[in-house]
Order: sequence, then C-alpha cells, then structure tokens
Amino acid sequence: MNTETIKKEKNTSAKTEHISGAEAIIKCLIAEGVDILYGYPGGAIMPVYDELFKYQGKIHHVLTRHEQGAAHAAQGYARISGRVGVAMATSGPGATNLITGIADAQIDSTPIVCITGQVPSHLLGTDAFQETDIVGISTPVTKWNAQVTKAADIPEVMAKAFYIAKSGRPGPVLVDITKDAQFEEFDFKYEKCTAVRSYNPVPKTDINAVKAAAKLINNAKKPMIVWGQGVILGKAEAELKAVVEKSGVPAAWTILGASALPTSHPLNIGMVGMHGNYAPNKLTNECDVLIAIGMRFDDRVTGSLDTYAKQAKVIHFDIDPAEINKNVKADVAVLGNSKESLALLLSELNTNKHEAWHQEFKDLYAIEYESVIKDDILPEKEGLTMGEVLKEINTHSNGDAAIVSDVGQHQMIACRYAEFNHSKSNITSGGLGTMGFALPAAIGAKMAEPHREVVAIIGDGGYQMNIQELGTIFQQKAAVKIVVLNNEFLGMVRQWQQLFFDKRYASTEMTNPDFVTIAKGYYIDAKRVTKREELADAVKEMMASKSSYFLEVCVEKEDNVFPMIPSGASVSEVRLS
Amino acid sequence: MSQEIKTFTISVYTENNIGLLNRISAIFQRRHINIESLTTSQSEIKNVNRFVIVVKITEEQAIKLVGQIEKQVEAIRAYYHTNEETIFTESCMFKIKSDLLFDEPQIQNIIKESDSRIVTVNKEFFVLEKTGRRFEIEALREKFEVYGIMQFVRSGRIAVTKDEMKVSEILEAFKNQ
Repeated sequence: MNTETIKKEKNTSAKTEHISGAEAIIKCLIAEGVDILYGYPGGAIMPVYDELFKYQGKIHHVLTRHEQGAAHAAQGYARISGRVGVAMATSGPGATNLITGIADAQIDSTPIVCITGQVPSHLLGTDAFQETDIVGISTPVTKWNAQVTKAADIPEVMAKAFYIAKSGRPGPVLVDITKDAQFEEFDFKYEKCTAVRSYNPVPKTDINAVKAAAKLINNAKKPMIVWGQGVILGKAEAELKAVVEKSGVPAAWTILGASALPTSHPLNIGMVGMHGNYAPNKLTNECDVLIAIGMRFDDRVTGSLDTYAKQAKVIHFDIDPAEINKNVKADVAVLGNSKESLALLLSELNTNKHEAWHQEFKDLYAIEYESVIKDDILPEKEGLTMGEVLKEINTHSNGDAAIVSDVGQHQMIACRYAEFNHSKSNITSGGLGTMGFALPAAIGAKMAEPHREVVAIIGDGGYQMNIQELGTIFQQKAAVKIVVLNNEFLGMVRQWQQLFFDKRYASTEMTNPDFVTIAKGYYIDAKRVTKREELADAVKEMMASKSSYFLEVCVEKEDNVFPMIPSGASVSEVRLS
Repeated sequence: MSQEIKTFTISVYTENNIGLLNRISAIFQRRHINIESLTTSQSEIKNVNRFVIVVKITEEQAIKLVGQIEKQVEAIRAYYHTNEETIFTESCMFKIKSDLLFDEPQIQNIIKESDSRIVTVNKEFFVLEKTGRRFEIEALREKFEVYGIMQFVRSGRIAVTKDEMKVSEILEAFKNQ
C-alpha cells in the first residue's frame, strides 16, 4: 500500500506486537469499537474464527443461519445505532451470500464492513475450492473494497475500511483477506484512518448558497420541505426541527427519513411517494419552493419527473455532489453535512407561520382520513386490516418502539401508521426493496440497542425468505417481537396484478405452513390472531413480553394499500382508491 | 442543456490501485454507455494514474458520469471535455509484406506522404507506425488495404486538455492538511 495517500491518527501509546493476520483482524475490530459482529464460519476464514474463540468476552460473534442474515443484521445494527455494522463470511458461497445485504446497504447508505476469507494467495485465479472473485462481484455495490494478500497490509486496509464506511455519505465496504495472510505473523500496530487523499467525504458548505436558499424560503408563499435519511445520517434532527419551527414550513419525509421528526409534530405532514400521504404528494405540485434535505429524488418519491414540482423553485441540500441535478434540477444546491448546513440556514431564516398554506395540508389529510385512513385503522368490515394492527402496536409502544419492516404492503402500512417519537426508529429496506430484510435486521437492531423495543413487521412472503434466522433469535435470546401480517399472498404484487394486470394472480398466492408451530419449534412464544376481538390482548401480551415473541395476524386477503401513485404517473395523480 | 450526442473525452486522475479500472468501467456499463476507447497510464504526478475515456453521449450524461466517477473513493478528480477543448491523438501500427515494397512501387509513395515511421523491416514483413487523428489513420489504412495488410492495430485516444486540471493542488492541500 502507498501510505502517502492516507492520514492516520497519531497514537503514541499504540505498541507494536508480533501477531498473526487473523489476530490482527480481531484487534482492528476491537480498536474500532466493534462489540458485536455477525457471521458464518467456513474454510477460508477459519484462522479468524480461531482467534474469535480466544477473544470471547471481548467481542461477541453472532452465528446467523445464513450469510445474508449476517449482512442484514449488520445493517439493522448500523441503522438503529449509527455505528458501523460488521459481517463476516468465508470465501465463495459465503461471500456471495452477503451480496444482497451489501447492495441494500449501498443504496440505503448504511455503514457496514464485510470481511470475507479468501483462498490462499497462491491459489488465486486457479478456480480453487470455494474461490470466487468477490472483489470483482462486489465492486458495483460497495463504496470501497480491497483484497489483502499480506498480513502487513491488514491494519491499514481495516482502518481505511472503517473510515470510508462511516464518513461522508456512509456505505458498505468489503475487505477480502486470503487465508495465508491470516496465518502470516507480522509486527502489528493500529492507527485509525483520519483522511484519504483521493476522497472528500464532506464538501464544504457555501454560505452564499445557504443565503440564496434562505432568501427563497423567506420569500416563499407555499414552501414545503421533503427530508430524507440525510438528516438522520448527519445527526441533524434538532437542526431540522429548529428550521421547521422557525420557518413554519410544512415538512414531509421519504421512507428512510421517517422518525427524524416525531410523528406527532404539528408541522410533520407525512410521507411522500408512491404510497405516501395524499396531501404532501398532491401539494408537491402546488408548492412554490421545494426544499429537499438529504434525499435523492428516488423514482418512488417523484413519480413521473416530467410533471414533478415543475412550478417550484427547488433547493437541494445534500452531502453527495453526484445527487445534485441527478434526477431533479436544483435552483439552489447546498452541499455539505446536513447538521452544519441546516444550522447555517437557521440563522438566515425569518420567523413565519404559513397558516393558510398549512391548512391546505390539513384539508387534504381530512379527505385521506375519510376515504382511506379510517377504514385502515378503524375498520368496520369483518376481516382484520394491517392498519389496525399498527394502531394497536402504537397503543402499547407509545411511539417509543423501533419498527423494522420488510418489503411490500405491510411495509407501506407500517411506515404510514407507525408512530415515532425517536429518530432511527424506522428500519426498512427502502432503495433495494429486499424481501427477507426485516427478521435479520431486527436481530441486529435489538442487539445494538438492547434497551429499545424492536418490533419486526413482516409479510408472510418476506418472512419465509429468511425464516431460518429464528434460530439466531433463539440462540442469542434476542428479545425481538415478530409480527407477521399474513394475507396468504405476495400482497403488493397481487395488488398490482389486480390493478394493472386484470386480476391475473400469477404465482402470488401462498399456501403457508403453520407459522406458530414453527416459532414454537424454536422455543419462541407464539400466538395466532384471526379475529378482531383477540387482537388487542394479543398485542398487549406480545409487547409486555420480556423475551422474543411471535404474533401472526391473519388479515384480509385482498386489501389494497392506498393512496397510490401508479408507476410512471405524476404525484398529483395520487389515487385514493 | 444540449441533448445533442457528441464525442466527449473524460479524464480521470486516480490512485494506482488494483480494481479501479473495473470500478470505473462499471459506471459506464451500468448506464448502458459504450466506451469508444479507454487508455490508462501514469500521469504527470508520481503514483497517480490518468484514464482517458472517449464516449459519445450528451453533455448532461457527461456531467452525471463525471459525478459518479468522482464519487469513487480512489478517484481524485474527473473532467469532461469536447474535442475542441483537448489536444488528442491516436497511434497505430501496420504489418505489411516486404515483397510489396518492391512489387508495388506505389507503396513507397504512400509511406512517404503519410508522415509515418518504419519501425522494422525484415525479409518477410515491415512494420509501420503512424500517429495522428482518426481520419488520417483511416485514410492510410484504406490505402494499404488495397494491397493487403497482415496486421493492423490502433490505440485508444490519448489527450491533454487546453485548460489546467489542478490535481497537484488538491494533492498538495492534502499533504499540508
């Protein structure tokens, strides 16, 4: 490695020790503050596992039941805590099984470090047993990756990996380490990385851009904020709240931005996007200034770009210069960390109320309430709805739980109706839409913040994609609450088949096993609810439980999620039915 | 912004690390953009590589590509330029039967007029090297084609820009940080 290209923390107390590469890996993890890692052993990573055996009590390794589970658990750990999640796997299939989690972390900007074992360096390129080019495979879905073939390179590569994963716009990093490098002994000394010369993680905020943004906001008649995960990643929740309250600007969130501002905040106007709230979607096309903060104008947020907020001046706050003008042209772009740029903005803003404008959101909310929300959360029909389950969970969580959702109808319902008092409480697979995410991510979240209530909300489809992780929950005694909203369908696909494919339900109906018996097989307390009158008590019992708990709720089979912006339509064409 | 498809030269200064070529070319592949040519070499700065990538795209695409390239941790800076903003050239080699030098007197005139250079001659074949613009190389190739070419190879474009890139300043600033 060319050491002129990075800067390291001066650590005069660090002493040099003669140890193996494998032990060095563990020492690097401990030095980076890693308390838990998730993984699965195998041939090419065995020297590291041998060291983990010796370091029991200093670092906790969680054996998942599949490497994909390890990657998602590391994501859940990172998303709830803001700390770097770590996953470890062997070469070949172990490494390729991590890929879905890595891709998910890349698109949702989640800091994780994945360590993979690799065949000994003399076998590289020989099609050796369990050899795969994981650096090549993971390149398009990692923020950075590297292969190590010499033990002496381990400390610097690991230091760089952690620095890159967590700095700037976070993301996944993969470090592939050959088995001979794990065995090799060398003089180890660890110094954290503090800068990489080719990498500018936080562009400087231009005060003139901030002033231009403030001028637009101060003169606006109908301004609207849409914030994303950039607020959470930048730890800018307090700054966002202050900006919203001083400017009086109604603020909506993307799915990954959820929980940065409490649900109950009077200026929180709900979610934007395909299944977001009616008012913020409709009024996106009526606002005069659209203030995007740490969000990337995903197609699920914007619908058709040709008709998206064309009437508005767009201000875009982001840490990643590549996001500016990528999908929506910004009239004013403010680069930098959201915490810093919002603090600068705050001091330039006038105090305002925008009451008449805010009333427009309330009026549209009333329409949404009458035609959608009421029937979702206070249904009068016989079948159970997903919405009423969420309402019941809110009653018992008081908005303090972290909700980990999977992908599909239940995810949209969870994000629409879950109440959040605290940031980093909505953990879901947004960009990649990875079914199977929630169960392992909930394990990671619960273990990272054991004092927090963690409720996984999963459909019957996604649950069965990583159902094996019940074994991890049982072995680790991770007190995760698991709610499966069972409609015996791949519900979101079925909804599209109903709406856009003339009800041709191709391969979406599921004949399911007895989920309660399966959970009990893993010694997890379990209950099934099929009637409304059983729901409240069952949720209460689950939430009161000190250990893991599985609750299956058999919901109406063919309910649809509304509002909905049909794929490719304009945000103002959001449908209520 | 112009939606016209033009030839752009993308210049990238990077660290000299394994795998970076793959990472950069993947950015083009993912967007279904064909790379017309790609050349990497040492740059004017020690241990810093320079990529010269030629693509036919719109300026809007060029801006976005450069943004995505610069986002890569080990890319120091990336730029895009039009043909008018660069000085560029390509290089090629022809391997031709030596008999033709004697059998076809016209060949000698072609060589003389072509501003090319004979690299080697032996009894069986001679090798000619030519540097220039694509149209000059193509014109020469067409002339030789009539007589038969044993081998032909052309390099990708290499280019320097008329304006400054200021990469050394970035690296200097890092050193003094």
